[in-house]
Amino acid sequence: MKLITAVIKPHRLDEVKDALQAFGVHGLTVTEASGYGRQRGHTEVYRGAEYTVDLVPKIRIEVLVEDDDTDQLIEVIVKASRTGKIGDGKVWSVPVDQAVRVRTGERGPDAL
Amino acid sequence: MNGADTAFVLISAALVMLMTPGLAFFYGGMVRVKSALNMLMMSFIALGIVSVLYILFGYSLSFGADSGGIIGSLEFVGLRGIDADTLTGGDEGIPVFAFVLFQMMFAVITPALMSGALADRVKFSAWAVFITIWVSVVYFPVAHWVWAEGGWLFDMGVIDFAGGTAVHINAGVGALAAVLVVGKRIGFKKEPMRPHSLPLVLLGAALLWFGWFGFNAGSALAADGTAANMALNTQVATATAVLGWLLYERVKHGAFTTLGAASGAIAGLVAITPAGAAVNALGAIAIGLVAGLVCSWAVSWKFKLNYDDSLDVVGVHLVGGLIGTLMVGFLATEGGGLAQFGKQALGAFSVMAFTFVVTWLLAKLVDVTMGLRADEDDEVAGVDQAFHAETAYDFSQVGTSSARGAVAPTDTTTDAPEGKTEGKKVDA
Repeated sequence: MKLITAVIKPHRLDEVKDALQAFGVHGLTVTEASGYGRQRGHTEVYRGAEYTVDLVPKIRIEVLVEDDDTDQLIEVIVKASRTGKIGDGKVWSVPVDQAVRVRTGERGPDAL
Repeated sequence: MNGADTAFVLISAALVMLMTPGLAFFYGGMVRVKSALNMLMMSFIALGIVSVLYILFGYSLSFGADSGGIIGSLEFVGLRGIDADTLTGGDEGIPVFAFVLFQMMFAVITPALMSGALADRVKFSAWAVFITIWVSVVYFPVAHWVWAEGGWLFDMGVIDFAGGTAVHINAGVGALAAVLVVGKRIGFKKEPMRPHSLPLVLLGAALLWFGWFGFNAGSALAADGTAANMALNTQVATATAVLGWLLYERVKHGAFTTLGAASGAIAGLVAITPAGAAVNALGAIAIGLVAGLVCSWAVSWKFKLNYDDSLDVVGVHLVGGLIGTLMVGFLATEGGGLAQFGKQALGAFSVMAFTFVVTWLLAKLVDVTMGLRADEDDEVAGVDQAFHAETAYDFSQVGTSSARGAVAPTDTTTDAPEGKTEGKKVDA
């Protein structure tokens, strides 16, 4: 099993969700996140006082997947979240030792 | 009794009352989340405290028989000798009760104006004591100087129609003195201190603008042409100041900000307050434009001169008040000129000198006796929790347990030592 994590622009969430559903992914976790990459932040002005806001709002999506699906799913997410402009985000995967469905106690790929 | 005038003054009093909560929202939106409630409360508590003081002795000290041009007598303590039939100025006057109520609202909002300079860092109990004494030794006498027959500035012919000197210059300079005693917020000029809710700021500005028609036009104390002229000029000067502030910001900082629009409105309202009944609509436009342009520049002084006037009470109220008070000297349609300008300047600077010295001494006194500044820990964590045992917004249900007090109120005061941990025990 792998955990795919995607940090994307907030307004691309629906596209990514739809694409994952179409692929057959049944569950995912979404959190609001903030951060920056090459895009960096922006400047805000309040009564002349300028503040550099480094962290911009992002959405973090986490999906547990079977090993064989990993590469293809990463492609799906990348395609759905791309706008072509700076700040589109990142997608990565890491190996997962164990997963348990809390209700039934199923383990491993059965729990996905 | 003049029924029309009475109705107008009573309605105006209600309008001015709304300005204090409006001010609370204007300021409250500008602070960070952790002290939003405290900012609201610093204004709101003035409604409680000053309303009572005004009945007890405030009205008498302001409008009682003059004593040496400095202060009123104690003849009306507790509104003694005044009843529903007592009228101001002869058979065609209004009930004195209506006048008392109207003037009371001015006394309420003036100390509240100072709170913006002291955001995030003042002990609430000390603030309550501070404004109690401040209105007694600063506001009531100055209101007497400016507005009461026999008051020395009134007799000299200083124009202060609705309170540019007595309210705005007074509060602005008082705020400056208090800031110099209290000191800077932790992190001033280092940490970002962004307003937490600009919609709240704009809502507050709108309520202030609305209430200000009562403040300014109501000061005519009659439903007449003077009131109409004042109301018109209030609108025009405020509108122009919004444009002036936005213009300055666009040129200097590259954007038309919401905070700038709200601030410009207040600057315009402040500047037209002393002047609006003595100028025509074109004069009001001139005053509004100068107020918008100069105040938007004045709010940057604190960074250069290194005083933490947190929400720019000096830059908006002191500077705006001075602009209106001085400009009317020249722009007054009747009697404007160098002589009037001299009177205006003397009035403004006398109040500045008096109020600065007395406020500084008072703040120092409160600081030495009970501590005016909040504990460092409380300030960093946010004074809302320390002094009010509340949180402004329930952003997340996570972590809120119902361990104590959620089922039935518990007595939390018994084990809370006075002073240092004021209110803190509630959620401990």
